[in-house]
Amino acid sequence: MLWSFHGGLKLAEHKHESNSLPSTPGKLPKQLTVPLHQHIGLPAEAVVGVGERVLKGQRIAAGIDHISASVHAPSSGTVAAIEPRAIPHPSGLSALCVVIDTDGKDEWIERETCSNYRELDRREIIRRIHDAGIVGLGGAVFPTHAKVCCPVVPTELLIINGAECEPYISCDDRLMRERPTQIIEGINILMHALGTDRCIIGVEDNKPQAIESLNQILSLMDEGERIQVRAVPTLYPTGGERQLIRVLTGREVPKGGLPANIGIMCQNVGTAAAIYEAVVQGSPLISRMVTVTGAGVAVQQNVETLIGTPMIDLIEQCGGYEDGMAQLVMGGPMMGFALHTDTLPVVKSTNCVLAAAKTELPARPSPLPCIRCGECVKVCPAQLLPQQLYWYARAKDFEKTQEYKLDACIECGACAYVCPSQIPLVDYYRYAKSQIRAQSRDRIKADQARQRHEARDARIAREAAEREARRTMKKAALNSVGDDADKDSKRAAVAAAVERARAKKAGQQASSQSANPEPTE
Amino acid sequence: MQFTPRSAPFLVGPNTVSALMRRVSLALLPGILAMIWYFGIGVLINLILAAGAAMTFEALMLRLRGRAVAPAQGSGLNDGSALLTGLLLGLCLPPLAPWWIPVLGAFTAMVLAKHLYGGLGFNPFNPAMVGYVVLLVSFPREMTQWLPVTDLLGQAPSLADSLSWVFTGAQGLDAFTQATPLDHLKTELGLSRTVEEIISDPKFGVFGGTGWEWINLAYLIGGAWLIKTGDVDWRIPAGMLGGIAVMSIVFVALDGDAYRGPGFQLFSGAAMLGAFFIATDPVSASTTPRGRIYYGLGIGVLVYLIRTWGGYPDGVAFAVLLMNIAAPTIDYYTQPRTFGEGDNSDGPGHE
Repeated sequence: MLWSFHGGLKLAEHKHESNSLPSTPGKLPKQLTVPLHQHIGLPAEAVVGVGERVLKGQRIAAGIDHISASVHAPSSGTVAAIEPRAIPHPSGLSALCVVIDTDGKDEWIERETCSNYRELDRREIIRRIHDAGIVGLGGAVFPTHAKVCCPVVPTELLIINGAECEPYISCDDRLMRERPTQIIEGINILMHALGTDRCIIGVEDNKPQAIESLNQILSLMDEGERIQVRAVPTLYPTGGERQLIRVLTGREVPKGGLPANIGIMCQNVGTAAAIYEAVVQGSPLISRMVTVTGAGVAVQQNVETLIGTPMIDLIEQCGGYEDGMAQLVMGGPMMGFALHTDTLPVVKSTNCVLAAAKTELPARPSPLPCIRCGECVKVCPAQLLPQQLYWYARAKDFEKTQEYKLDACIECGACAYVCPSQIPLVDYYRYAKSQIRAQSRDRIKADQARQRHEARDARIAREAAEREARRTMKKAALNSVGDDADKDSKRAAVAAAVERARAKKAGQQASSQSANPEPTE
Repeated sequence: MQFTPRSAPFLVGPNTVSALMRRVSLALLPGILAMIWYFGIGVLINLILAAGAAMTFEALMLRLRGRAVAPAQGSGLNDGSALLTGLLLGLCLPPLAPWWIPVLGAFTAMVLAKHLYGGLGFNPFNPAMVGYVVLLVSFPREMTQWLPVTDLLGQAPSLADSLSWVFTGAQGLDAFTQATPLDHLKTELGLSRTVEEIISDPKFGVFGGTGWEWINLAYLIGGAWLIKTGDVDWRIPAGMLGGIAVMSIVFVALDGDAYRGPGFQLFSGAAMLGAFFIATDPVSASTTPRGRIYYGLGIGVLVYLIRTWGGYPDGVAFAVLLMNIAAPTIDYYTQPRTFGEGDNSDGPGHE
């Protein structure tokens, strides 16, 4: 039994260009640039030094705090530098990276294998996942150990996301076809760690070979009803976590909440395979399947790429650019971001490198005004009113955008796709969201400043009051303690002082007269 | 290699405003042909004058506002909205009205009701209806001189006669004009005649008014096609026609002699034109799904009220304008339930 979510789009898939060839291992590049911040949470801190020799799989940076992840050397070599380098990010900014000159030997460290993961207890499994630096490979790159170790309520259902709804991307498809055993075993490890006995793998129905491949392994391993594969209708964005949960279970993750709030955990198929490699083979996350696609590259295929590989090397391995190549996108054409150069490294979140020809992703024409046609409302999977969000974001009325539930927007881009005025709607939502974030940051700072100012005012007032109190006490002491005898002695003291002053003055006058005799003429 | 920055999504859908307006104008074709068949070539003259004037005034205003008049991307004149407004206005006007009627109407619609508010997407009122209403209120005589349908007239006026009437003044036109079926119905009911007696008049056809019923059917066919292409939300026509139907059923049940049923009401006057082409103007209508049903219902009820008890034989224009006023409030109170709120929620929303 399947449910559906509101809206969604049927898009031209463009998957057969890249999913027909078997995946190929990535060539070892001369230099690997490994960013230290490839995940949600705090950046990892380097634990190696410049000039140090590192082995493949050796930890080069440790995650700090709970929501963080370690980073490992994708191949053996020497650390050439630890410095800011350009990283793939919409801002085009740089971040701290460990640059490794590879020595070509690809020598592994000693790995901690495990022949029967069922003997490990849950703590141990989570430790191995943590030590392997595994993050969600669906694109969100949330540290997996943090997700698995402390769900809000016990997990009743594990959902494995093999939907891959965005056009052009086929890395999960190839992974499901080529390494189904790893995926299923990874799922088993997860279920063992979570204490769950129900798992559904959701795969879009445009991937019949992947579904077949998973089902074959499941019947071989006789998983019975524990793990099921369900084909879901091909509709963008079914691969969104909340949408997939709704399609498979009919339930909606509460707005502002997590799937964990309703006892569900969602993981990507790639993450499941990585968990297997980490727990059973002792291999940390140092490579991932990347789809290289688009009419701008000669051979469209999937490559098991080492993290830190320069994208230009990856493209060269796929035959190089074709004439007419115009744009490089990391991710898919709906939710990816455009790269400003091709010398950036592949990171843990790089699921696709799309080298588009000019005709493939044509430039958006100048937008017309919004005609309130409501096409955007028809397709929004979050059931929002995109046209109202647009009007208010454009008017910079951010309170109103929040009233209209802007934070529920998943930035899938379906609204911008259908808009007949071709308004870049998601740009406005991103802008509004960042303004809201900046405003709340400013408000917190202002609150803190106000508190300190008030405390300072209070302190000054307190000190002044204390001073005043002391003064009045002294004055009261002077006034109240005096009686006649004291008054007399005071008068006598005053009279004596006046006499002394007079005598001094007379003495001074006498001495000055003798010093300066008046002229006697 | 360096690239210019862009932001997602990079795919652009196939729909454009000009394509949408073109489809709506195309959907008017059956109705236009039916109008010409039943009212003669005067309809075409009106359409040409109204559409031509509308496009001219739009070009003028775009120039004055410093905007591109006809750029390639399908904006300005090329977005097709001026043509559509002109066509809709032209279809509402009596067939042999003087030439300055459509021109003045087009001026009111394009300049006053659209561009002075900001142009496409900013008009709070339906421009064609503002133009029509201003004409109706300012020139009642010219605006109520409807020709009878050619079936009743015997022979449609020739092109030469039509042109002369339109451009040189309507001498002798009075001899030919008659009240429309709706107008006739209202007057006769006012004279306390029963519906049965009234509809024996040849003005009334099988279910609607003679000729008018087929014109309305033609608009219905065009409108149904627009719903299929997704250019028109079914909720507004459903609400409006539903409102008219329910009101007429209720009152016919109360007193069959004094009221006409839904069959007549839905296929007379501007009911179908209004439901599929006028009330559905997206800019001035309600924009939320539930709001559109209430908006349509409101128009339907108002149309029935004005037709039966108001001062005008047909109430579509006024009903639409009145509901245009209510549209923002309707929108505010009909926000849809956000995904993740409602039964599993903590937030209130606007339910």
